[in-house]
Amino acid sequence: MTIDVPALCLIVLVGASGSGKSTFARKHFLATEVISSDFCRGLVSDDENDQAATKDAFEVLNFIAGKRLAAGRLTVIDATNVQPEARKELVNLAREYDVLPVAIVLDPPERVCVERNEQRSDRQFGSKVIARQRSQLKRGLRSLKREGFRTVHVLDSVEEIDAVSIERTRLYNDLTDQNGPFDIIGDVHGCRPELERLLTDLGYTLTRDDAGRPVDAVHPDRRAIFVGDLVDRGPDSPGVLRLVMGMVAAGNAYCVPGNHEDKLLRALRGKNVKISHGLETTLEQLAAEPPEFRDEVMAFIDGLISHYVFDGGKLVVSHAGLVERMHGRTSGRVRSFCLYGETTGETDEFGLPVRYPWAKDYRGRATVVYGHTPTPEPEWINNTICLDTGCVFGGSLTALRYPERELVAVKAAEEYYAPAKPLHVATAPAREPDVLELTDVTGRRVIETASHGRLSIRAEQAGAALEVMSRFAIDPRFLLYLPPTMSPVATSPEPGLLEHPRQAFETFRGQGVTELVCEEKHMGSRAVVLLTRDDDVAEKRFGLAGRGAIHTRTGRSFFDAELTDELLLRLRAVASAAGVFDELDTSWLLLDAELLPWSAKAGDLLRNQYAAVGAAARTSLPAATAALRAAQATGLDVGDLLASAERRTANAERFTAAYRRYCWPTDGLDGVRIAPFQVLASEGATYQERPHAWHLGVADRMVAAGPELITQTRRLFVDADNWDAGIAWWEELTGAGGEGMVVKPAANLTRTAKGLAQPGLKVRGQEYLRLIYGPDYTEPENFTRLRDRNLGHKRSLALREYALGLESLDRAARGEPLWRIHECVFAVLALESEPIDPRL
Amino acid sequence: MFLTIGTDLAGVDAPASDFGFLLHKNPARPQAIDVTGGSAHVFYPEATGERCTAAVLLDIDPIGLVKAGRGKAAEGFTLGQYVNDRPYAASSLLAVALGKLFRTAMNGRCDARPDLAARPIPLEIHVPALPCNGGADLAERFFAPLGWTVDARPVPLDPQIPAWGDSRYVDLRLTGVLRLADALKHLYVMLPVLDDAKHYWVGSDEVDKLVRAGEGWLAAHPEKDLISRRYLAHRRYLADAVLERLAEVDGVELPEEGAEDGPGEGSVSLAVERRTTVAGVLRELGARRIADIGCGEGALVGELLKDPMIGELIATDVSARALIAAKRRLHYDDLPDRQRDRLTFLQSSVTYADERLAGLDAVVLMEVVEHVDPPRLPALADSVFRAARPAAVVVTTPNSEYNVRFPSLPAGNFRHPDHRFEWTRAEFRTWSQQVADRFGYTVQFRPVGAEDPEVGPPTQLALFRREEAR
Repeated sequence: MTIDVPALCLIVLVGASGSGKSTFARKHFLATEVISSDFCRGLVSDDENDQAATKDAFEVLNFIAGKRLAAGRLTVIDATNVQPEARKELVNLAREYDVLPVAIVLDPPERVCVERNEQRSDRQFGSKVIARQRSQLKRGLRSLKREGFRTVHVLDSVEEIDAVSIERTRLYNDLTDQNGPFDIIGDVHGCRPELERLLTDLGYTLTRDDAGRPVDAVHPDRRAIFVGDLVDRGPDSPGVLRLVMGMVAAGNAYCVPGNHEDKLLRALRGKNVKISHGLETTLEQLAAEPPEFRDEVMAFIDGLISHYVFDGGKLVVSHAGLVERMHGRTSGRVRSFCLYGETTGETDEFGLPVRYPWAKDYRGRATVVYGHTPTPEPEWINNTICLDTGCVFGGSLTALRYPERELVAVKAAEEYYAPAKPLHVATAPAREPDVLELTDVTGRRVIETASHGRLSIRAEQAGAALEVMSRFAIDPRFLLYLPPTMSPVATSPEPGLLEHPRQAFETFRGQGVTELVCEEKHMGSRAVVLLTRDDDVAEKRFGLAGRGAIHTRTGRSFFDAELTDELLLRLRAVASAAGVFDELDTSWLLLDAELLPWSAKAGDLLRNQYAAVGAAARTSLPAATAALRAAQATGLDVGDLLASAERRTANAERFTAAYRRYCWPTDGLDGVRIAPFQVLASEGATYQERPHAWHLGVADRMVAAGPELITQTRRLFVDADNWDAGIAWWEELTGAGGEGMVVKPAANLTRTAKGLAQPGLKVRGQEYLRLIYGPDYTEPENFTRLRDRNLGHKRSLALREYALGLESLDRAARGEPLWRIHECVFAVLALESEPIDPRL
Repeated sequence: MFLTIGTDLAGVDAPASDFGFLLHKNPARPQAIDVTGGSAHVFYPEATGERCTAAVLLDIDPIGLVKAGRGKAAEGFTLGQYVNDRPYAASSLLAVALGKLFRTAMNGRCDARPDLAARPIPLEIHVPALPCNGGADLAERFFAPLGWTVDARPVPLDPQIPAWGDSRYVDLRLTGVLRLADALKHLYVMLPVLDDAKHYWVGSDEVDKLVRAGEGWLAAHPEKDLISRRYLAHRRYLADAVLERLAEVDGVELPEEGAEDGPGEGSVSLAVERRTTVAGVLRELGARRIADIGCGEGALVGELLKDPMIGELIATDVSARALIAAKRRLHYDDLPDRQRDRLTFLQSSVTYADERLAGLDAVVLMEVVEHVDPPRLPALADSVFRAARPAAVVVTTPNSEYNVRFPSLPAGNFRHPDHRFEWTRAEFRTWSQQVADRFGYTVQFRPVGAEDPEVGPPTQLALFRREEAR
């Protein structure tokens, strides 16, 4: 005998002590799938038979079972479960997680149980106990179904128990092996002419019966999915049913039920249903059909599954949407949500129930496609979309092509039915901001990145980032990316130099990367620029008025709103003139750039930190030098002190010269320059796989189009044969006071045998490093100590932030929900709070 | 960092070089000792019968300073801790070195020349780079009452960039006839007070020592309040390296953490009045479950805890540091269990929806909205009025019209450096009304503090009530 159990369910074993439950469970299920009350008793009391621990043991059992069911894992409860109260708790548990409860009763003759117990040394139940358990069981047997168990299997002999085998069956809603492509079609409501046109537009060929009525539609390689509400209100509900039933029967379509089908079925079955909302039309139309057709319709609707999970779990289709915890689950609650959605219990001014906006809080990975609520335009909300565009109310009939995510619609020929509230009122208030929740960013988080695997963020790191993000950052809708930190090269062995290009070349060669590009390190601030092509793009694409953003490495705006808009306007003109929007076929553009001069943003820091050090040094060191000279003149032995003071005076001069190169006067935007060096993302695309030569080419065209605003990024391509040229170039750049250069793999994103290569290594100039390591860092006693730098942590951090940055770009380009993008952006900031040597 | 102190001993029947006895340092032999952060050298550029000048050169090792600093916690310091003026400017480190070099002289003891130690002598002090937060004028105000003739010249920040103006350093020369011990004590106390910087390196015990050195003359000093306040400010300073470093990444500086009241609001009484008013409103509402969003150091929460009618209090702040301070201030860990059960501290942010705050009787946003950038206000409204959706919301914010009544607040300035805006009464009403309409609340307005007939109250309050909750 074979017992079929759903692949996900809660199996409750029922049987007296000694009935063989544990043996049965061991034989048919994984050890981890079985939770036994004895085991839980042992967990809390060190004694599996300590009946005093029963209450605590069952709390533990319920807790573990709950965690497993929440995770979607079949779970077997190994306890006597002979009392109805005990079973009730388990049925409730199954309901809470929307899985089917299944009872398997083991009821061998009493003497078998008694004998088995007697053989056990650890358990000395009297036979009375077993007799009592068996009589409790007998009393309850008949009511198991009523208690809520979907299926009950009773095995009442040792032979039967031994002979049985367990077969796990797939849930009806599990179509995860169906990968599409699909055309998901919104609420049809009897609009057969529109459905015929839509299917034809989508490339389906209609098959008609002798009366010329469509009974099937075929596409060479696609299948249709109907989101329900095929019937009511419209001109030909039977015609729609005939077509869809034919497609489903032929395997050309799937269909989930809508609330209108549900009600129609009840009406056809003669249940007491209020005939309204277009049901009257359908019943009237069906009355003209032969009774066999009505029977077919009833059988069809009765067989519809509340929702389907397709494509490896990536696509869920239901009539009224579905919260994530119900995906692939089975219960009355799930069915009710699928048919009717969740309502708040309130009604609006038109007397319609107010629907709970579950999609706003949706954080699931699966795309959820549904209908049910008429809207003028389908709109993605957190990876969910409603396809009901009110065809029967004179709107249109819409299909979503999956996985392409393209929308195809046909206009309704007429308004077949007057809506209770005007269609456009449904979304009358301006688009609500995408709501970010605290739980989208806080606590320990693990983010799956395409380029670097799973990365985890600690709760404390997130806490530090929360403050910075909340207090200083721009609106998250414009904050698509934060640049990663960059590691310096390994410390140079050359005397007097901390950093030298040779180490960068060697490091990359060690990873098998020989084609490199050296890019000038600009003496400015890192800036990320979000550009839009027209003034209405931002509102449409990002749901936020404005022209875009220019922000820093931690997400602050560089300028106030007015200057930002002005600068964006100029940059838009440059990018348009350079043909960047056209080339990338996009309405927006995210650029990685440097904003010059550094003093534009860091003026206070330059004055209060760097210039102040120079001023103090310039004043105190000469005074000390003069005093030391006087002392030496009197014959005191202060030679060492004097020499040191003289050297330090010179160092302070060099330090002053170094910071001065970062300062030039700006007034508003006058004097501000932008040096773009990389295209980060545009609509539907990211560019980390394009070589730097391409990126710099785009930048060069922008320089040509707007030389007064755009600064070129000088570069030199280097391979294994011309390291010397790279070294000479660096010496020339830094000798002229430049900050240094960044060495990158010329191909851009580079994977090596050991994983991702660093996206770049910075090689900073000797004089610039005075600003980082202090004016006197070149003094020998300082230098020897500073050489000892620990780069490992910085490198690991740089790679993790790089991967998170790419992930946020990919998500932004794909148009993923805001919280999915923000999660990565936030994580970069959180990692930046790592305590790491800031001089690296 | 460097200073000289010299004398000609004019009017005294002794050669100037006897000054060496007073300092307990031999003019013929340079001396060096180890001090916090480096080594201190004493030598005499001149030591004749006519004039004797001692020079103190403190050789600071900035790398060693950080490494020695706080052990493991030293990791992740900000760049400012590596590149700073400590090696050049006369700050607390120099004061500490003076105390160590001249301890005996500072105590007024000199067995070789006791009469000389006990009497005022003509003295000249030169501190070429004295950080002087408050300008040359402040040096005058601090030293002149002690009997010094002060010549304090501001040092330009960068002579090549005149637009930047003066640095915070002065080239200070003091002349006067004073006891050497007093002169040294003056320097010992005044250097760090004038510097007024964050004392990463000076432990609180050393600060206490500095205060003790002021005994005898500080009490009568006309600026004693300012001097003491600066000390207290430093002792309360809680460095947040992470926040500073993230700011530094952008090349910007964090606004100084102000005390509870901004510089403009002067007295503490307005803060007290605000708390009392808010507590009164909550009592009037009969609210039993309340969240104080942006609780800061927990002053309001402390007040509300006293009300036994309030069953549940949630105090949130976006800053983990503020929550620690609030817990400490309220002695949270030592509260009796029953009290502690009523109070929960949560890190949260007004720009994110936080389900832990859903469904309360009242939410308080006391002096919070003005710390949020205007473009982020819709997110704040959404998280409070839609996501948390309490029965009532109490918002207070400065009334910018009243700013003209604060004499110490320069026109056009905000009351606190972190304020992103300050609203007039009309602006506040417009915003509040829009929010109320949008989310289904009614709103009424109340004054906090004495109402000025012309410019209104110093603080304004809006009370929102959810429509179906009334």
